[in-house]
Amino acid sequence: MTDVRVAGVGLTQFGSHPDRTGRDLFATAALRAFEDAGVPREDVDELNYGNFMGALAEHQGHQAPLMAEAAGVNCPSTRYEEACASAGVAVREAVRTVRAGEADVVLAGGMERMTNLPTDEVTEGLAIAADDLFEVRAGVTFPGAYALMATAYFDAYGGGRRDLAHVAAKNHANAVPNEYAQYRKEVPVEKALDAPPVAEPLHLYDACPITDGASALVIVSEEYAAGHDVDAPVAVTGTGQGTDRMALADREHLARTPAADDAADAAYADAGVGPDDVDVAEVHDCFTIAEVLALESLGFFAHGEGIGAARDGVTTAGGDLPVNLSGGLKAKGHPVGATGGSQIAELTRLLRGDHPNSERVADAEVGVAHNAGGTVASAVVHVLEVAE
Amino acid sequence: MSAPASNAGYDEWLDALADGEGYALVCPDGHGSLPPRRVCPECGSTALSEEPLAETGTVETYSVVHVAGPRFADDTPYVNAIAEFGPVRLTGVLRGAEPATDAVEIADRVAVGDRVAVGVEERATDGDPLVVFRPADGE
Repeated sequence: MTDVRVAGVGLTQFGSHPDRTGRDLFATAALRAFEDAGVPREDVDELNYGNFMGALAEHQGHQAPLMAEAAGVNCPSTRYEEACASAGVAVREAVRTVRAGEADVVLAGGMERMTNLPTDEVTEGLAIAADDLFEVRAGVTFPGAYALMATAYFDAYGGGRRDLAHVAAKNHANAVPNEYAQYRKEVPVEKALDAPPVAEPLHLYDACPITDGASALVIVSEEYAAGHDVDAPVAVTGTGQGTDRMALADREHLARTPAADDAADAAYADAGVGPDDVDVAEVHDCFTIAEVLALESLGFFAHGEGIGAARDGVTTAGGDLPVNLSGGLKAKGHPVGATGGSQIAELTRLLRGDHPNSERVADAEVGVAHNAGGTVASAVVHVLEVAE
Repeated sequence: MSAPASNAGYDEWLDALADGEGYALVCPDGHGSLPPRRVCPECGSTALSEEPLAETGTVETYSVVHVAGPRFADDTPYVNAIAEFGPVRLTGVLRGAEPATDAVEIADRVAVGDRVAVGVEERATDGDPLVVFRPADGE
């Protein structure tokens, strides 16, 4: 089996670009990734592209060929869609394709355009990641679904809004030096607690923003990197995916995310590492409670014990296991279909040493990325390691 | 708006729920699910039968939704809840324990473990049918 390297990463500024088309956003990220990788565009064998709601936001389906031409590549191109895990799946399939020897170079990433829609239409658009018949028609929104999980968590295990506010404060602080982040200002715990409610117990600062943005990665085989003098010190050593029942009500437990447990187990086994080996993590904190659930699924904490991680300083930038040094979805932003690729890009920069927060994890060798779709009916976990 | 779509299986289930005759699909091993189903999602059995829902359910979690999409614009704030009715959990809007907009007041009126009945009422925004829980009589 061929080893897989991340040769280059590219991101757009995350934030509000209401006038910029999706194709322009993805082209920007892709060109930056090629420049970072030093890999010529003509060497790309396949494009794996993630997007969730482009048909709603831009009246644009069939986006993969459009993005291939925007990025200047001429190769088989496929769009992947698993809601907010779309790019995570696109990256995973790139890893599997390279490992299988079917391709030497895959361009993987994603794009989402969201701020051109009014907030209520984005809310409705995001809700289509839930079961239309039994959830959306019953009043479930995207924040509302995570609020249901938060109430269930507090009831089962304890904890409360102040614990979640510490997650928000941590991730906002981490985003301050990140040039790609949507919000680069600190949000103190008290400010988060005082913010207006969105879906109680979740308030404004428990929720990620609405974001435009794109991510791109140049994924190559180790042989390609060696043969073309491509500097690619970070390897993708583990990949795993999990799928659960679509509707939250049908889950085994309302305050756990078994799909992410499965994805993590598979990714760790694939890489031959365990949670204790992980030095740094980027997790899918679309809502503060989601970060807590991710920490538990990734095995950093037992179920019911992750709620205090930020408040206790374990996952802060100066803690034993820094989580979401990029700022996370929470502060860096969440262009849904791009997020999974963005997490790998940030983790690669952190491990290479060229991220503004790299000094926080100077000796880090193992990183984990956790990307989730819907209320974690889909989950993708990747393990990255410093190979050189 | 486009004409209401027809969803065979679901529409009949909603009609039955409105008539007080809600049901779950249950396989021989007792796994519950909601229609339309050809296969038990837990074990793969195709021997599914309609079993009446329990008279009352138990609230397992809830949220007070303040920001919603256009189809619920005039319903906010509303209490969204998941309640267990025997072999299935249902998701709906909890009415009759209406809060104000304050979490403390809501916590006084709704709690995990509350007993509720289920029926079908109208969405305030557009009159479309909505699965609604109400506090069970005498509770």
